[in-house]
Amino acid sequence: MYDFKYQKAASVADAAKVIGADGEAKLVAGGMTLIPTLKQRLAKPSALIDLGGIAELKGIRREGNAIVIGAMTKHVDVANSPEVKSAIPALAELASHIGDPAVRNRGTIGGSIANNDPAADYPSAVVALNATVITNKRKIAADDFFKALFETALGSDEIVTAVSFPIPEKAAYMKFPNPASRYAIVGTFVAKTGGNVRVGVTGAGPCVFRWKEAEAALGKSWNGDALKNLSVKADGLNSDIHASSEYRAHLIGVMARRAVAKAG
Amino acid sequence: MADTGIGAAVRRKEDFRFLTGKGNYVDDINRPNQAYAYILRSPHAHAMVGKIDTSKAKAAPGVIAVFTGEDIKVGGLPCGWVVKFKDGSPQHEPPHPVLAQGKVRHVGDPVAVVIADMKAQAKDAAELIEVDYQPLPAIPTMEAATKSGAPLLFENVPNNICYDWAIGDEAAVDAIIAKAAHVTKIEIVNNRLVANAMEPRAAIAEYDFGTGEHLLYTTSQNPHAIRLLMGAFVLQLPEHKLRVIAPDVGGGFGSKIFLYAEECILTWASAQVKRPIKWTAERGESFASDAQGRDHVTHAELALDKDGKFLALKVSTQANLGAYLSTFAPAVPTYLYATLLAGTYTTPAIYAEVKAIFTNTVPVDAYRGAGRPEACYVVERIVSKAAQELTIDPAELRRRNFIAKDAYPYQTPVALAYDSGDYFATLDMALKAADYAGFGLRREEAAKHGKLRGIGLASYIEACGVAPSAVAGALGARAGLYEMAEVRVHPTGSITMFTGTHSHGQSHETTFAQVISDRLGVPIENIDVVHGDTAKSAFGMGTYGSRSLPVGGSALVKALDKVVDKGKKIAAHLMEASEADIEFKNGAYTVAGTDKNVPFGAVAFAAYVPHNYPLETLEPGLDETAYYDPKNFTFPSGTHIAEVEIDRDTGEVKLVNLVAADDFGTIVNPMVVEGQVHGGLAQGVGQALLENAVYDAESGQLITGSLMDYCMPRADNLPSFTVGTHVTKCTHNPLGVKGCGEAGAIGAPAAVMNAVVDALNAVGVNDLTMPATPEKVWRAIHRRLAA
Repeated sequence: MYDFKYQKAASVADAAKVIGADGEAKLVAGGMTLIPTLKQRLAKPSALIDLGGIAELKGIRREGNAIVIGAMTKHVDVANSPEVKSAIPALAELASHIGDPAVRNRGTIGGSIANNDPAADYPSAVVALNATVITNKRKIAADDFFKALFETALGSDEIVTAVSFPIPEKAAYMKFPNPASRYAIVGTFVAKTGGNVRVGVTGAGPCVFRWKEAEAALGKSWNGDALKNLSVKADGLNSDIHASSEYRAHLIGVMARRAVAKAG
Repeated sequence: MADTGIGAAVRRKEDFRFLTGKGNYVDDINRPNQAYAYILRSPHAHAMVGKIDTSKAKAAPGVIAVFTGEDIKVGGLPCGWVVKFKDGSPQHEPPHPVLAQGKVRHVGDPVAVVIADMKAQAKDAAELIEVDYQPLPAIPTMEAATKSGAPLLFENVPNNICYDWAIGDEAAVDAIIAKAAHVTKIEIVNNRLVANAMEPRAAIAEYDFGTGEHLLYTTSQNPHAIRLLMGAFVLQLPEHKLRVIAPDVGGGFGSKIFLYAEECILTWASAQVKRPIKWTAERGESFASDAQGRDHVTHAELALDKDGKFLALKVSTQANLGAYLSTFAPAVPTYLYATLLAGTYTTPAIYAEVKAIFTNTVPVDAYRGAGRPEACYVVERIVSKAAQELTIDPAELRRRNFIAKDAYPYQTPVALAYDSGDYFATLDMALKAADYAGFGLRREEAAKHGKLRGIGLASYIEACGVAPSAVAGALGARAGLYEMAEVRVHPTGSITMFTGTHSHGQSHETTFAQVISDRLGVPIENIDVVHGDTAKSAFGMGTYGSRSLPVGGSALVKALDKVVDKGKKIAAHLMEASEADIEFKNGAYTVAGTDKNVPFGAVAFAAYVPHNYPLETLEPGLDETAYYDPKNFTFPSGTHIAEVEIDRDTGEVKLVNLVAADDFGTIVNPMVVEGQVHGGLAQGVGQALLENAVYDAESGQLITGSLMDYCMPRADNLPSFTVGTHVTKCTHNPLGVKGCGEAGAIGAPAAVMNAVVDALNAVGVNDLTMPATPEKVWRAIHRRLAA
């Protein structure tokens, strides 16, 4: 990796100030994507601002009908949290299958969604559960947060501080992992919250998206069979040596049906 | 002594040091004043190399030197085997420079080396080297390389064909096929694999100006061969001034047999810069520079009579050699492949032709099994396809064609003479362990859940214990393939054994110690096995081709014979008896018919403290060396059975059972053998279901250039294996051993793919190429259902 300055931020405001002033500086949360990128010399930031020392960014709490997860909460802590397991077991289960044990013990929810890797697991849950992304400046609705490949609504000095997930009646996540990397080739998160159905799809396209036809069909009848005659167009979906866009389109339907069955 | 002798599942002597992190790998070693090398590699698959401007790099912080192909005027990397064209002319052997000479031929081809005080400085400086590349069209596939008018990798290699070789009588085979009651045809792709040893390659070179000695630490499976090839052919260094040490090595699977450019560059450069130099590959470099495996495309035809007896086999194969000839590359798709096409069967007529082709890809050479998995795959896939076409049970079809138990020695039509075996026994053992009879019920049960279930067999054979030197020489090898063992008995009776084989996961330190313990009655705690250092072991040809125990173990037995015989003379003197009356057993010499005895330790002591000793007729000391050149190959064999379940919606193949019944001859340590089989099976499953080296057809870039895209098998891809052995002893080596290191990787791919195809038969699919990835399987199912 190339040389960079390292700074441990004392507070969110402190971190925001540094990245606001230096466009070449990068925030580092768990570093699960950033550090390998640096090691391969694919990025040359002037400085890394480490968010790991900011206590207020960590932790999981219930606030009314929502579970609020601090941005620097590790995947393993979401997976093992009694609050998450009882309120949104699908989210705990999703977290328990991210990467491998080393990744789950370093990687964070804030880092994952701010990076917006097209094959990351969390974005599907954020979208399907209609979560709110809380930053140091504002609250952003899930539908407005994920913009494009590795692109979010975050401003240059904006930092995710927490994600608030409304507690659904039913939810489940089904992932078809890439056999080599174990990232999602297709991950489908289905949720029914306050009578509304949302289906978030990750891995398949350049950015997480909602499968609205499926939402409408499941809204009428919460049953996998309701999806049988629906299909997703392959146009615009990702295509690589592991899965063509056509296969991904097919898998979205399979994973959605299985997720509905799993959600009960 | 039986508790640590032959047949005992002794815990490995090497486990303590490995499990406590006390292993000593090349990258663990640091020499005083050591510098670091970084190799600049070609980003192009095929390009002319013009001017290389290293001036900025040379001026960069910490940089000691930068060398290119213009600076390093040494020999090219030699090839250790010559294969001939059908007309008898020798293979094309284009130069293989250690640093590019005007042209690069694959992504990863070394172009320059930067040597600096720190690794990061070397890497930083490498970015400052300006190389004037003029890209040429890349030809990464055999199809592109052999097209008329295709660009040439080497000017003097027409059509990019290294050789076009054949074995057998084509006309006779054609005549039988033309008249046969049934002919089964198959198209086979044997996918290219990346060895991916856990430990990447690494080297440290050091030159002693006082003595003029070069020292090279390297991750090698055969340090003596590296010394010979590098010393004699590349750097012109005599053996006595070159020491090669291969300490603990973290897996090789073939990829660490060969002489590599980096070893030569470092050894040469360390004398130039007068500092020890270390180089350790990053994983990406392993993908771009370690020799890869397999990569065949084959058409085969099997002629059968109306009762399913095999009459003739015709095989036409194209083998991708990559951009250069690696050390043993020419032998792999010929003498290690086509000679195994009889398999375990009595097929009387066989013809095989092999075209070896240069492409703009990483060189291909031996990878666990080396040619034999490719042969097994052709034979076992076509046999199962024939069974399906003729509606004969695949186990029954195999049984009808197996070589009979009393037919040994059995001369095949493709040069080899099998000495022993019992294919019926291992087949029956595997069928029982796999509950073959109960498969129909399991298939019905799976169908109820919407799953396709299949079962597949492979009754493999391999030629191991490489190799009889005269035979290898006649077939084009430029080396002998004997082995050396030295048994040094110390004055107080403990033993150090030196072998020319190399353990990089095979447990030699335990297995060889057990052979010694068994023979001399010395507990294995008192025996150390030393390998991997040309200054310690007199000579040796290293470890590959499941040769260590059949060849190295036989040398050990010969050395032990000498020790025991000399001990008899000493014992006879000590007990004042005739040598003819001395017997040795259970660790003691006795005078036959008396209760007189002297323990082995006392004999050893007398040999080194010869106060009461026949000095007039016998030298002091008890240290014996033996060389053993095998009389024949050994022929491990067996049956592997795989059972799979396929998810029709996603195409995922789940391997639900894998059984291996193997005949490795005498088993020295059953636990070690089981471990070797497990590892081999995992690699075989990897090839069948997961692994595939993919190059971009246009650019020649390796798309699967990291573990994010190249799929290695992991624990959750594998069921709990059922393994067992049946013993028929090798008839021509003293231990009766055959070798076990490669069997898993040889039998498993065919067994797994036969199971996949068996499952897919239910939806009308009767063929599929490896690896059986989810999308490929899904497409096969749905294309069929849509049709």
